[in-house]
Amino acid sequence: MSETNSKVEVRDVDVFYGDKQALNSVSIDIPKNSVTAFIGPSGCGKSTFLRCLNRMNDTIEGARVEGSIKIDGEEINDKHLDPVILRARVGMVFQKPNPFPKSIYDNVAYGPRIHGLAQSSDELDDIVEQSLRKAGLWEEVSDRLSHPGTSLSGGQQQRLVIARAIAVNPEVILMDEPCSALDPIATARIEGLIDELRENYCIVIVTHSMQQAARVSQQTAFFHLGDLVEHGPTETIFTNPREQKTQDYIMGRFG
Amino acid sequence: MTESVSKPAIKAAVEARLAKRYRSEARFRSLGLAAIFSAVAILVILLGSIGMQSLPAYTANEIFLEVDLDRDLVDPQGDGSEVSLREGSYARVLQNAMREQFPEVRARRDLRQLFQLYTALNAPRLMDEVIEDPSLVGTRYRFRMPLSDDMDLYLKGELLDQSETRMNTALRAEEEGRSIALVSDNAGFATLLENQRAALRNEAVALGASADELDLRVQAAGDEDVSALVDRIANLRERQQGLLDWADAEDGVFRLDDTLPSVIVEMAGGAYKLDGVSVDGTRATGRAVVQPESQSADSWNLLVVDVPESRRRSSDNQLVWSRVLRDRGVIEEHTNRYLFGNADSREPELAGVRGALHGSILTILIALILSVPVGVFAAIYLEEFAPKNPVTDLIEVNINNLAAVPSIVFGMLGLAVFINVFGLPRSSPVLGGLVLSLMTLPTIIIATRAAMKAVPPSIRDAALGIGASQTQTVFHHVLPLAAPGILTGSIIGLSRALGETAPLLMIGMVAFIAETPSLDIEGMTQPATVLPVQVFLWYDGAERAFEPRAAAAIMVLLGLMISFNALAIYLRHKFERRW
Ligand SMILES: Nc1ncnc2c1ncn2[C@@H]1O[C@H](COP(=O)(O)OP(=O)(O)O)[C@@H](O)[C@H]1O
Ligand SMILES: [Mg+2]
Repeated sequence: MSETNSKVEVRDVDVFYGDKQALNSVSIDIPKNSVTAFIGPSGCGKSTFLRCLNRMNDTIEGARVEGSIKIDGEEINDKHLDPVILRARVGMVFQKPNPFPKSIYDNVAYGPRIHGLAQSSDELDDIVEQSLRKAGLWEEVSDRLSHPGTSLSGGQQQRLVIARAIAVNPEVILMDEPCSALDPIATARIEGLIDELRENYCIVIVTHSMQQAARVSQQTAFFHLGDLVEHGPTETIFTNPREQKTQDYIMGRFG
Repeated sequence: MTESVSKPAIKAAVEARLAKRYRSEARFRSLGLAAIFSAVAILVILLGSIGMQSLPAYTANEIFLEVDLDRDLVDPQGDGSEVSLREGSYARVLQNAMREQFPEVRARRDLRQLFQLYTALNAPRLMDEVIEDPSLVGTRYRFRMPLSDDMDLYLKGELLDQSETRMNTALRAEEEGRSIALVSDNAGFATLLENQRAALRNEAVALGASADELDLRVQAAGDEDVSALVDRIANLRERQQGLLDWADAEDGVFRLDDTLPSVIVEMAGGAYKLDGVSVDGTRATGRAVVQPESQSADSWNLLVVDVPESRRRSSDNQLVWSRVLRDRGVIEEHTNRYLFGNADSREPELAGVRGALHGSILTILIALILSVPVGVFAAIYLEEFAPKNPVTDLIEVNINNLAAVPSIVFGMLGLAVFINVFGLPRSSPVLGGLVLSLMTLPTIIIATRAAMKAVPPSIRDAALGIGASQTQTVFHHVLPLAAPGILTGSIIGLSRALGETAPLLMIGMVAFIAETPSLDIEGMTQPATVLPVQVFLWYDGAERAFEPRAAAAIMVLLGLMISFNALAIYLRHKFERRW
């Protein structure tokens, strides 16, 4: 384990979809207890890279990931490692809220159940409540836990999905444009939530909103056409980027 | 650009387009409605006609016969043992009871006709009842048996056209040598006479018209050989004259024979068959079919059966006996207990759908047990776990092809493989179920895969993203969401199998099977037939009475399918609520 406070260490990662290369030799360190934002024009490979971190690319036919990805110094990009265990440690929130067509309670309880995290139903109730509280949803749904998760509003659904991810107590939470389907008020709530969660989790968020990246992240990485162009503290990237391309993108000259 | 077009012009253009759109929408809606209405109408007509056709099958005229279970006849060894009871002559018992009803019937030919009012298969039925309850021996017992199918239809008015006139005038019977004369002082037979004569004259006119036509051909023939035609014309003219002479009989009596409609007079509980009427309409001669209680009556029935006796299977005697038995209360019409209680029979009056219904239930049960799990798991494997390679591609293509294979091919497969190689019992529900499950399998696989594909990928991602394994994802999330689709697919496949005939013909389920297979494991290997095959067999049957029974079997089949689909809809709703 390295002495730095980085959670995830990525070295020379190439991703191919069939013959097409989507990421070219990406290397980056993602620190603990902070929010790292990935920005860049669409199609540049942000989601692809995010999916490398919990091996969701395995589920895509023809996708191939090469290189080294370590979490806490442990190699995860290894065919012999069961991605199921990894995904319990690295939770994911998708662009569109995707609660299960089950009750709110069952949505949150599903992860703890399949991973055997609760010994009793009391304990499970407790996990569900704590997760919903952390996701800032408890007040709104505590009296209708048996209602279907799909009956909630978009913003509530996205917080429910976050609660579902939190419930298995992950170390890293990946969020792929979590607010792109939400209105500004719901977006603000999620952003506030991300800020709170930062204390306990390593959060990686993909966003195409520069303002959002500036608001919630401490670190920012800029991708372009499969290359990681530049990364560093958010302030530096926004105020004093090294690369011309980064500058152009941030100034809104393309994207 | 837009500046050059004024705002009102735009508005007008939009409105014009809008009106056009509304019109086309209205057109489309009415076309859709028309399509639905015609589909429903066709369905109603179809169901209605089958339903109407099946109506006579739901009731049966039954003979409630007082039989004398004479010890000497039914218990020849005299020890009341089952062996002895099996040797009894129950046919004689029935015959004796029928003779008791009509003591005046003595001639052999007449007796044979009398015993044809019921089928000989009733003797073993009576035997079974006696063996069931040996204490009946030596008593008089009211035995219940169905009237023969033709007479049943006749009494329901389905077999023959006839007219029945109630005459409220006096009539008396007088002995006149070997026959009987019926005397009606107010010329009660006048109308009858007129009608019969008119019918003869009409026939004569028809013959004359054919002769005239041939005459024209002879005139136009020129120098061809027309001698054959001339002979035919002469023959027609002769017959025409014969009919006219007959109709205009001046010698006092109009003769009725078996080429004319049968005329029957019913009076005082008895019945006479007429063979002549005096031209003044006051007298008729004939013979007594059933002796009346008295020689005169104040009112009587004149029955004219349009089809002459020589042109039908059932004799006038049989018609009269059936009617008289009904009047005596010996024959009653009840719900047809044989239709739902019996398996197939050579005699329509004893034939029922129960055997075929059980056969269908067993067969479809086996098809369900085999094809649904196998089909669903095959689909899950292909959809979720199978590697993409030429072998799985080939399998996939072939499953789709299999769904299009004509069903009779599966029957041939069943014959070649299941019977000849594996030696499964012929005609059995296991075999039928196996064949039908092969037929249903591709449908279920395709439906299941389609239903699984329709589950949004986001649900899959959600489950995988939280650390569920592939198997957990499938069983916890994909399958429950796909369940309604899988159910619908399976039901459609099995409904089709339920109505399938062709492949079952190949494996011997078309055999005549008079035993009802039991609804258990044992029944699955007993010979059986299924409802659609039963329908096919009955429509093919010679007796007319099979026709309404076949229609009734169709109704049962439809009922089975409807309950099947109702179950599917119920289950669908149950599953869908969890969405
Ligand atoms: N499942 C896939 N199969 C093939 N190509 C893909 C797939 N997903 C993404 N790509 C390609 O990879 C590149 C990066 O995509 P993605 O990571 O989704 O971009 P971003 O999230 O930055 O918009 C794009 O060119 C896209 O077309
Ligand atoms: Mg993306």
